Amino acid sequence: MVVPFKSLRAGQQWCRFPSEFEDLRTRSTMGKRRSMFQLSGQIPVLQTNNGPSLTGLTTIAAHLVKQANKEYLLGSTAEEKAIVQQWLEYRVTQVDGHSSKNDIHTLLKDLNSYLEDKVYLTGYNFTLADILLYYGLHRFIVDLTVQEKEKYLNVSRWFCHIQHYPGIRQHLSSVVFIKNRLYTNSH
Amino acid sequence: MRLFVSEGVPGCLPVLAAARRARGRAELLISTVGPEDCVVPFLTRPKIPVLQLDSGNYLFSTSAICRYFFLLSGWEQDDLTNQWLEWEATELQPALSAALYYLVVQGKKGEDVLGSVRRALTHIDRSLSRQNCPFLAGETESLADIVLWGALYPLLQDPAYLPEELSALHSWFQTLSTQEPCQQAAETVLKQQGVLALRPYFQKQPQPSPPEGRAVTNEPEEEELATLSEEEIATAVTAWEKGLESLPPLRPQQNPVLPVAGERNVLITSALPYVNNVPHLGNIIGCVLSADVFARYSRLRQWNTLYLCGTDEYGTATETKALEEGLTPQEICDKYHIIHADIYRWFNISFDIFGRTTTPQQTKITQDIFQRLLKRGFVLQDTVEQLRCEHCARFLADRFVEGVCPFCGYEEARGDQCDKCGKLINAVELKKPQCKVCRSCPVVQSTQHLFLDLPKLEKRLEEWLGRTLPGSDWTPNARFIIRSWLRDGLKPRCITRDLKWGTPVPLEGFKDKVFYVWFDATIGYLSITANYTDQWERWWKNPEQVDLYQFMAKDNVPFHGLVFPCSVLGAEDNYTLVSHIIATEYLNYEDGKFSKSRGVGVFGDMAQDTGIPADIWRFYLLYIRPEGQDSAFSWTDLLLKNNSELLNNLGNFINRAGMFVSKFFGGCVPEMVLTPDDQRLLAHVTLELQHYHQLLEKVRIRDALRSILTVSRHGNQYIQVNEPWKRIKGSEADRQRAGTVTGLAVNIAALLSVMLQPYMPTVSATIQAQLQLPLPACSILLTNFLCTLPAGHQIGTVSPLFQKLENDQIESLRQRFGGGQLEETFDLKAKTSPKPAVVETVTTARPQQIQVLMDEVTKQGNIVRELKAQKADKNEVAAEVAKLLDLKKQLAVAEGKPPEAPKGKKKK
Repeated sequence: MVVPFKSLRAGQQWCRFPSEFEDLRTRSTMGKRRSMFQLSGQIPVLQTNNGPSLTGLTTIAAHLVKQANKEYLLGSTAEEKAIVQQWLEYRVTQVDGHSSKNDIHTLLKDLNSYLEDKVYLTGYNFTLADILLYYGLHRFIVDLTVQEKEKYLNVSRWFCHIQHYPGIRQHLSSVVFIKNRLYTNSH
Repeated sequence: MRLFVSEGVPGCLPVLAAARRARGRAELLISTVGPEDCVVPFLTRPKIPVLQLDSGNYLFSTSAICRYFFLLSGWEQDDLTNQWLEWEATELQPALSAALYYLVVQGKKGEDVLGSVRRALTHIDRSLSRQNCPFLAGETESLADIVLWGALYPLLQDPAYLPEELSALHSWFQTLSTQEPCQQAAETVLKQQGVLALRPYFQKQPQPSPPEGRAVTNEPEEEELATLSEEEIATAVTAWEKGLESLPPLRPQQNPVLPVAGERNVLITSALPYVNNVPHLGNIIGCVLSADVFARYSRLRQWNTLYLCGTDEYGTATETKALEEGLTPQEICDKYHIIHADIYRWFNISFDIFGRTTTPQQTKITQDIFQRLLKRGFVLQDTVEQLRCEHCARFLADRFVEGVCPFCGYEEARGDQCDKCGKLINAVELKKPQCKVCRSCPVVQSTQHLFLDLPKLEKRLEEWLGRTLPGSDWTPNARFIIRSWLRDGLKPRCITRDLKWGTPVPLEGFKDKVFYVWFDATIGYLSITANYTDQWERWWKNPEQVDLYQFMAKDNVPFHGLVFPCSVLGAEDNYTLVSHIIATEYLNYEDGKFSKSRGVGVFGDMAQDTGIPADIWRFYLLYIRPEGQDSAFSWTDLLLKNNSELLNNLGNFINRAGMFVSKFFGGCVPEMVLTPDDQRLLAHVTLELQHYHQLLEKVRIRDALRSILTVSRHGNQYIQVNEPWKRIKGSEADRQRAGTVTGLAVNIAALLSVMLQPYMPTVSATIQAQLQLPLPACSILLTNFLCTLPAGHQIGTVSPLFQKLENDQIESLRQRFGGGQLEETFDLKAKTSPKPAVVETVTTARPQQIQVLMDEVTKQGNIVRELKAQKADKNEVAAEVAKLLDLKKQLAVAEGKPPEAPKGKKKK
């Protein structure tokens, strides 16, 4: 990774981005030296040797997925593709955009309701949307109380499933979910 | 599938425009619902538009819906489109929502609206023009175009918000807007009400958080680090290696400077300062200094440049001043012309001519233009109601009257303009008018006057503007002012006044009147040139070969952009018309306003007495140049910028680079063997240099200054990372590395000295003398970064460039200039109630400054820790520690905490 000449004011949040690519990159066929990440403000930039640079988390992620010949992670049908992109956009605008407690609870409530009849965000297939939403939500989920985790039961089920998906969790802490329900009245 | 849309909801525009793509692929029902209907069962907040798919799934993102329609039509996703859509969602939308909110909910206009989206619009424009394609992702219209068009349409459909200088954006937007599906979508969503159709929608949105500190801070925007391609790096390295030999020969000095066919001929004027007073810092940055930077830059580019200015001497204010001081108007002009000339000399303004308007040439040219207008029927005669003071037995010119502003109720409005609301006033409309000389109440009487028939000239003016404006560098405020004048329709404008001190009117029945200064002041540029060379017409009657740049504050725009062009268009004598009007906003003083007529603020002659060198004043004024928005002069900020940007950044870098050459290499530039990292640095510096050129070509003076500081920051970081002071003591390879780093650094310093020349001419010359920079390299700036100090070059003696400003010193200056000089120096006799000037108030700094300082402290702390960890040279460590302590002290002061040593008195 190249640290640009301009100083990086390292904040936890910003360092998160490259690690998200770590997973995608090890899966990709690219040699480590051929691509370089730079951070410009909060927005990651990918510099490759064979083309213009790419800017933006989801743009780079989708590019790397293609490089790694794992296009199925972007969805197979037109519908699935659109849904994947919708949740990627959700990640960068809603999850990264808001951090007030209120916003996050509305977000978790909506997501919980959405996941009620779904295993993954697109329904039955694991995609890039699951990966990036998992990374984006991790910092909020670790702070949830046992009661809250139970309140957002579907989110918890989905999240726990994704964190155990091979190669996804990386350095992030494993979040503990209790299998037997403690607060039977709350749900 | 079913698409839910609603009138007056912006997201429905792109969705409807994209919907035709799905035609024939699937059955699409379109339902219109209320904007607040909750269609998606799992979302708490209402969201429109929504697409319900046949599977029961919902798409609730505007981009995702459009994407789905495109995917159905067989389109394949690509990186570039993804990138545009992500940018649209994360960058454009927040900016655009804010702009639309300001516009439709808060009723703001102009730059207040455009300000928040300008950066995003420029980004689109640059991308379009750089890739040289008509559409965002290539030769054909695609998903990215539709989504961005839909987002932008509500704002840009009003031409006032589609900046003409962004020509690529302009044509892209027009192309899309004329397409049938887009037009239909616009019709459905906006219902021909324009942007106001979105009002109910935005009224329910939360108020956007103000763009971070833009309006109140002078801080630079977050700099983006450009990414480099291998090609860019290779080009930069090639240019560097060519070195001095790529410099063209210096153009010989001409006297007088005259246009040359086939060359770029740049004629630069600065608004003529009014002679009756000493100019203040706001006047200086507004015109003479800004124009000076551009003139110097223009010469660095080897363009054939003539920069002229002079004092505007006729008019009522001179007569008033003469009355006050007991001198004749001519004596007043002679006296103040010298004061002006001295001040500008002290500020190092590089005029080719600094003339005056009270000359025979002025009379000759003004009367000639007037006669031509008269002969062609563009002059009207009419009776005017005018205020007459019976006590003084004369008609009162605008400036001799004071009263209550009919628009805002301000009590001390002048007869021509209100200082508070800035509106132009007709003196007879003033409430409770008073004669400024004797304070009695004037009466209204009629008198004959001449008028310039602007309505008759309006069509010619619009034709000319239509040819001139697109693609030119008129500042947005100038365009906006001209457009709003034209929208309201031009009215005949009075060009005569009942005065003695002015250009006589050569017409029977008007012998006791003179031309109104604003008819003849702009003609001053011509007459001043005529006094400089008898071949003045080669500049002023040569529109094909001359590029005319006029600098001024925004209140002068109507006269330069409307009145004067109308006069010379009507005169039909092939005059050179202005190509670029460069207008600044206003500079405020601390928390109040500079006012020439009230004597508030720092004035040109006093700047010399502060002990702060002219170049520091230049730097700070240019750093806060009111470019695009008002800004404020602040003493604390001046100290901060001097100590952080000049001393710690620029001065520190240049001095270190030179010192390393002297100390480690006996003053001889060492051999340089570039590594890939060095090449990357070369390319970064080149890119920043090119950015500097792009900005200055567009006369974005303040922004270009940031580029200089960025280059210096690159340099500092480069030295910091490579540690030549350590390597010089190491192995052969280490010593060679130290040589390369030092050589590259001192060459960056040389480049900086040239880039700095328009801004700080004296400092620039000092650096060049210290480095013994070869002559042509001192006076020419190319677009590439060259090695101008090759290995073996002997440099001179290096010494520090800047001095630290101390808090006590600044505090006492603030007290001195906080107010009161009005009574000392500019005691207007007629003034009954001296207004307390801006009082020195709170000394605690703004949060932004505190944040900046805290960041600096952290950064400097890291440097010190690093050095200590590496057991670096003791002096090196001590120097950095001293800097750290100093920063901490500044921070304490900024936070309002008492600094360790008790000094300076702080209120609260």
